[in-house]
Amino acid sequence: MALLMFSNSLPSAPRSFSLDKMATPAVPASAPPATPSEAPAAASSPASAPVPAPAPASASAPAPSPAPAAAPSPAPASSSDPAAAAATTAAPGQTPASAPAPAQTPAQSLSGPALPGPFPGGRVVRLHPVILASIVDSYERRNEGAARVIGTLLGTVDKHSVEVTNCFSVPHNESEDEVAVDMEFAKNMYELHKKVSPNELILGWYATGHDITEHSVLIHEYYSREAPNPIHLTVDTSLQNGRMSIKAYVSTLMGVPGRTMGVMFTPLTVKYTYYDTERIGVDLIMKTCFSPNRVIGLSSDLQQVGGASARIQDALSTVLQYAEDVLSGKVSADNTVGRFLMSLVNQVPKIVPEDFETMLNSNINDLLMVTYLANLTQSQIALNEKLVNL
Amino acid sequence: KHNAHAQGVPLRRKMASRKEGTGSSATSSSSTTGAAGKGKGKGGSGDSAVKQVQIDGLVVLKIIKHYQEEGQGTEVVQGVLLGLVVEDRLEITNCFPFPQHTEDDADFDEVQYQMEMMRSLRHVNIDHLHVGWYQSTYYGSFVTRALLDSQFSYQHAIEESVVLIYDPIKTAQGSLSLKAYRLTPKLMEVCKEKDFSPEALKKGNITFEHMFEEVPIVIKNSHLINVLMWELEKKSAVADKHELLSLASSNHLGKTLQLLMDRVDEMSQDIVKYNTYMRNTSKQQQQKHQYQQRRQQENMQRQSRGEPPLPEEDLSKLFKPHQPPARMDSLLIAGQINTYCQNIKEFTAQNLGKLFMAQALQEYNS
Repeated sequence: MALLMFSNSLPSAPRSFSLDKMATPAVPASAPPATPSEAPAAASSPASAPVPAPAPASASAPAPSPAPAAAPSPAPASSSDPAAAAATTAAPGQTPASAPAPAQTPAQSLSGPALPGPFPGGRVVRLHPVILASIVDSYERRNEGAARVIGTLLGTVDKHSVEVTNCFSVPHNESEDEVAVDMEFAKNMYELHKKVSPNELILGWYATGHDITEHSVLIHEYYSREAPNPIHLTVDTSLQNGRMSIKAYVSTLMGVPGRTMGVMFTPLTVKYTYYDTERIGVDLIMKTCFSPNRVIGLSSDLQQVGGASARIQDALSTVLQYAEDVLSGKVSADNTVGRFLMSLVNQVPKIVPEDFETMLNSNINDLLMVTYLANLTQSQIALNEKLVNL
Repeated sequence: KHNAHAQGVPLRRKMASRKEGTGSSATSSSSTTGAAGKGKGKGGSGDSAVKQVQIDGLVVLKIIKHYQEEGQGTEVVQGVLLGLVVEDRLEITNCFPFPQHTEDDADFDEVQYQMEMMRSLRHVNIDHLHVGWYQSTYYGSFVTRALLDSQFSYQHAIEESVVLIYDPIKTAQGSLSLKAYRLTPKLMEVCKEKDFSPEALKKGNITFEHMFEEVPIVIKNSHLINVLMWELEKKSAVADKHELLSLASSNHLGKTLQLLMDRVDEMSQDIVKYNTYMRNTSKQQQQKHQYQQRRQQENMQRQSRGEPPLPEEDLSKLFKPHQPPARMDSLLIAGQINTYCQNIKEFTAQNLGKLFMAQALQEYNS
């Protein structure tokens, strides 16, 4: 089991700043005194690059700095990094060639296409519910003494959003001043998963717990080597504020120009997407919330139709209640709602009664005929069985 | 090890993982789902060992996702179920998918994939006891030789294993369609003998209705998952597609009927074959009889003339007995037809209900 040990010491002194060339700012293994020596090294290669003016130092949430900020993220995979496994500075040297085209770093050892540019304010992360259920389940199965669990997120990227479709948990050990993550395991699992779904890429990682700790920064840095600009997802299983809050972050650089860079996690919008069948599955599973020992059975066909019609009845009674309230003056009338109501009532198609009768009857006849045929077939094969066994 | 022969969809469920399961079940991880990890269920005497299947919500979601992303058309997707056995209940707590079988990576080692996956999952405390497998189905056509063989090998190695059949098309129509099946003990006996001749089946007293038994399923979630569900419900938009009450059903019905017709055709061919066999055998019997009689007559004539009787000839060489056709296939076809008919009836019942609802609306309107 190959462990990767990070020792925890955040930069306390600012480091030299060059936004567009530097990778996610590394956490130096040594204490601050080493930083000035690294600073010139870092500054040397990208020295020519212009430092963009707007400092992202503002801690305000969704405004990550424009263009170059995320460009450095592909850097970690570049060749200068091999020996950097032991938590030393992440690759400071990024070839200037990659600067103008941050979106095109495919030739490097990354496992997929680079995310196009940084996350603009509205970048969205789409989650499937199966991910969250997985995360909660692995949290429930965590080892004794572990406060949280982490794992990898897999999914696909497209131009405007990132869709997370799968995940697996990765064993790790965390203590006051050390974090150990089993990299070998993560790689193996990813290979196995790729066999099933070859389109999934590593998108980032998740952690349970309600806060981002310093260890998170270290782990995030590891993941930034696996994926360009990884996302970090937190699921608050400790239920702070009585809610299980689910948040996603991406790391951006912050700091004062000319000094040490720090990392800030900026939140992203999280949306939940479902496939249709997934929706149906989730609706079903949700019913366990209402049953005493959290167990539900699967219902048979006619029961389902009954259930659906009951739901429609409820919805209709709510609407009726609203209409009556408006009529009696309790609630002020709202034109948009009124228009919706109107279209609702007009949804029922107006058909001449005789025509409808014929349609209905022919449909019913079809169904009855099919039922009869099915029954006939069944009795036929039963007969056949008997004859053969004579 | 049992290799199901390729029949459209080759299934190769090797049971190598069983050893690993037994060895480590003693140290089985402290699964925090609360289920006491008792030993394996006792195989009942003629009774089925599993009365109920309890599935975690997570497994349901994973199966749905697997089909949605990797399944197209008539290809089935398969995967392995993990969990444990508690008294007479089979609890399924996790699952992982199997890659599609493609022709170009024939050297893909399924056993190795399975072993590695289970080993890795054990590291993160997921139950690694193999309790069954799942498969998606196309309009309910899953009663095939391949499935029978696979389930037999599973059930042979692990007493309580089930196969979960997930019907994505029916699910897309509004309600989750997930069924758990096991082979009946009688069928297990017959498969063990591997003797599918008519006599053996008659002896075993197997009818198509007693091939598979369905085990009731319940879904159970932990408290934390319930919290998650509440959270999701608050945050997610209301579903905009409500397929359950849609009246447009003829497409689905048409497809199922088509499949049913194909099967019935196969069945009738099979019956014809069987009848020919019967007729041939009886004709052969008659011929044998006649031959014997002629022989006897000749012998008597020769005796009366004082000549030595003709040597006895081996009748079986002259009249080679016909091979009785294997009955297993026809049993499977009958079972499949039965399933189709059940599905059709369920479907029509639902639709009749919906039609009456539409009528009620119309009446009110006019």
